[in-house]
Amino acid sequence: MKMKRNELWQLIIIHFKELLREPGVLFWGIGFPILMAWGLGIAFTGDKETKKDIAIVNFGEENKLSLFLRDHAAMDNHGRYILTINDQVFGRNLFRFEPLDSLDATLGVKRGIYQLMIDDKGDSAVFHLDPANPEARLLQLQIATLIGERHEDDTFSGANIIPLEVKGTRYIDFLVPGLIAMNIMMACMWGMSWTIIERRKGNMLRRMMVTPVHRQNILLGLMTARITMNFVEAALLILFAWLYFGIQIQGSLAALIMVFVAGNIAFTGIAIITSSRTSNTEVGNGIINFVNMPMMILSGVFFSYHNFPEWSIPFIQNLPLTLLADSMRSIINEGAGVAAVLDKTLIMSIIGVVTFGLGLKMFKWY
Amino acid sequence: MGTEYLIDAKGLHKHFKKVRAVDGVDFSLAKGEYVALLGPNGAGKTTLVEMIEGIRTPDAGEILVRGRSLNEDKSALYGILGISFQETRFLEKITVLETIRLFASFYKQPDEKIGKVIHLVGLEDKKDAYTKNLSGGQRQRLALGISLLNDPEILILDEPTTGLDPSARREIWDILLKLKNKMGTSLILTTHYMEEATQLCDRIIIMDKGRFLAEGSLSSLVGRMKMPDVAFFTVEGKIPDDQVIRQSDLVIEWDREKGRGKCEMKNVATDMPLLFAFLEENNLRLIDFEHTKPSLDDVFLSMTGRRLSEETE
Repeated sequence: MKMKRNELWQLIIIHFKELLREPGVLFWGIGFPILMAWGLGIAFTGDKETKKDIAIVNFGEENKLSLFLRDHAAMDNHGRYILTINDQVFGRNLFRFEPLDSLDATLGVKRGIYQLMIDDKGDSAVFHLDPANPEARLLQLQIATLIGERHEDDTFSGANIIPLEVKGTRYIDFLVPGLIAMNIMMACMWGMSWTIIERRKGNMLRRMMVTPVHRQNILLGLMTARITMNFVEAALLILFAWLYFGIQIQGSLAALIMVFVAGNIAFTGIAIITSSRTSNTEVGNGIINFVNMPMMILSGVFFSYHNFPEWSIPFIQNLPLTLLADSMRSIINEGAGVAAVLDKTLIMSIIGVVTFGLGLKMFKWY
Repeated sequence: MGTEYLIDAKGLHKHFKKVRAVDGVDFSLAKGEYVALLGPNGAGKTTLVEMIEGIRTPDAGEILVRGRSLNEDKSALYGILGISFQETRFLEKITVLETIRLFASFYKQPDEKIGKVIHLVGLEDKKDAYTKNLSGGQRQRLALGISLLNDPEILILDEPTTGLDPSARREIWDILLKLKNKMGTSLILTTHYMEEATQLCDRIIIMDKGRFLAEGSLSSLVGRMKMPDVAFFTVEGKIPDDQVIRQSDLVIEWDREKGRGKCEMKNVATDMPLLFAFLEENNLRLIDFEHTKPSLDDVFLSMTGRRLSEETE
């Protein structure tokens, strides 16, 4: 008797076979999400401990908050005063007060390290924060309550709150340069990598190659169009941020342009190496996400990367997106000039040139 | 030595893992010649033309184009080649005109050429349409148009009409026949439609499993296989028991119920009168009569035991 096969079953088997025979699909479908979960898990759950960093200015002998911290808080080996709240549900909450001069404190706020700056003015402390940043407000309330409870006096509960007025200290000031940087990355990765992979897949790249065309022009054309668009997009974003949020470029425009160019070089190179081999759009999609996602999370586009473990910071700071976002922030918010961003510009350019060269070497034209 | 040929290739091999896609093939193309590579899917036709196009490097063998090695100067090679792949996905939201203009720029062709090509492939009405909105036939004509932008000496078309309906196929054939007559272009065409090969090409190469099984004109291929013509007919009257026609070795296979007969003839000129004489002697009146010549499919079948493709009639 001949066995009859169930067509649905056969269809299911065929799909599985297809999947199993494409190692790329398997990795991007299974391995990559696990890696992502692992990375995010380390960053945000870890030991169920949250750390909040607060800058404290005018830390001194007589001042009330300073005295309180000296009496009640433990000091770590960075000279920070640590207050701890243990909570069954939320775990350990560490509030780390770092005595700083007002210049460093402001810089730290601009870089997103501190969301709250406390000026300890003897009788009462003044909280400096961005009222539009809910996290900062929450932090202020937590600290006022915390100190109020232990101090058994209400000096802090009625504390003065002063909105941050120094340019470049609001959350939006932190966010905009990061968004510009992220835009450059996304545009290069999707606009160049994806386009190249699609053209390779549809035989379009090959079709162009079997003419007397100069191959470098195929890439150059794509790069020119994309980088021009990136420039327009960044300019529009800055214009909008200026008109709507009053964000001004405090540093050198020449430095900003230099950093923009270096960022584009870096991500163009990365886009070329990313798209150098595959003609499978699913695999391409995975590789592009593999490049983009970690930087989206780690590079401090939306939140400061200073919340990540200490040991990871030097690594994070040298990711291309971090280099670009940090140098844009320092120019726009901190008034940096060419000299201050020279090293980062150089690193980005080197990343770009090296990845571009390698990518071109491996590039599958036909 | 190879200079009288536009293309002269010897001893070509190309293996992929376990598959011998092209397994020891010599190929040449003369000026003005139209050659068909005919074979079923997987015969190695595409691999062979891709090696000629310089897209794939042969594992062994040498290809000379106009007496020069392929690797010497690809840009010069692509100046005289016109290539169309089995499928090219043109940029979807770019129009026909813009696409042709893009490729014309690669060949440094003036704008007049763009109009001429659009006219030649009959896409005037569609020149402002996005390529994604073209039908299969229109898309193939666009691909053909692009391959003609440089007035190529050699046109290499990989299954240009696969999947097209008969009228769309016919339109492409008309363009190709026009080129042959007017421009003296040479053509390498891969196909699994024997009708396409016989309609367009002077020389047909039958390819299977990476090798050339036979090559020549249609009549020489059929002749070489010594395949008989066949007559099919229906008669009225009493069919005799006698099956063999006297004074010859002609055999009639009868379907007595329906009055049908089939007779294979090696030499039509002498055998046909014998058949008619036999019918008259036996008072059989002809109702219909059909004479068929052996087709390439029959040739392929007799060589390989398989048909060219399920799609061939």
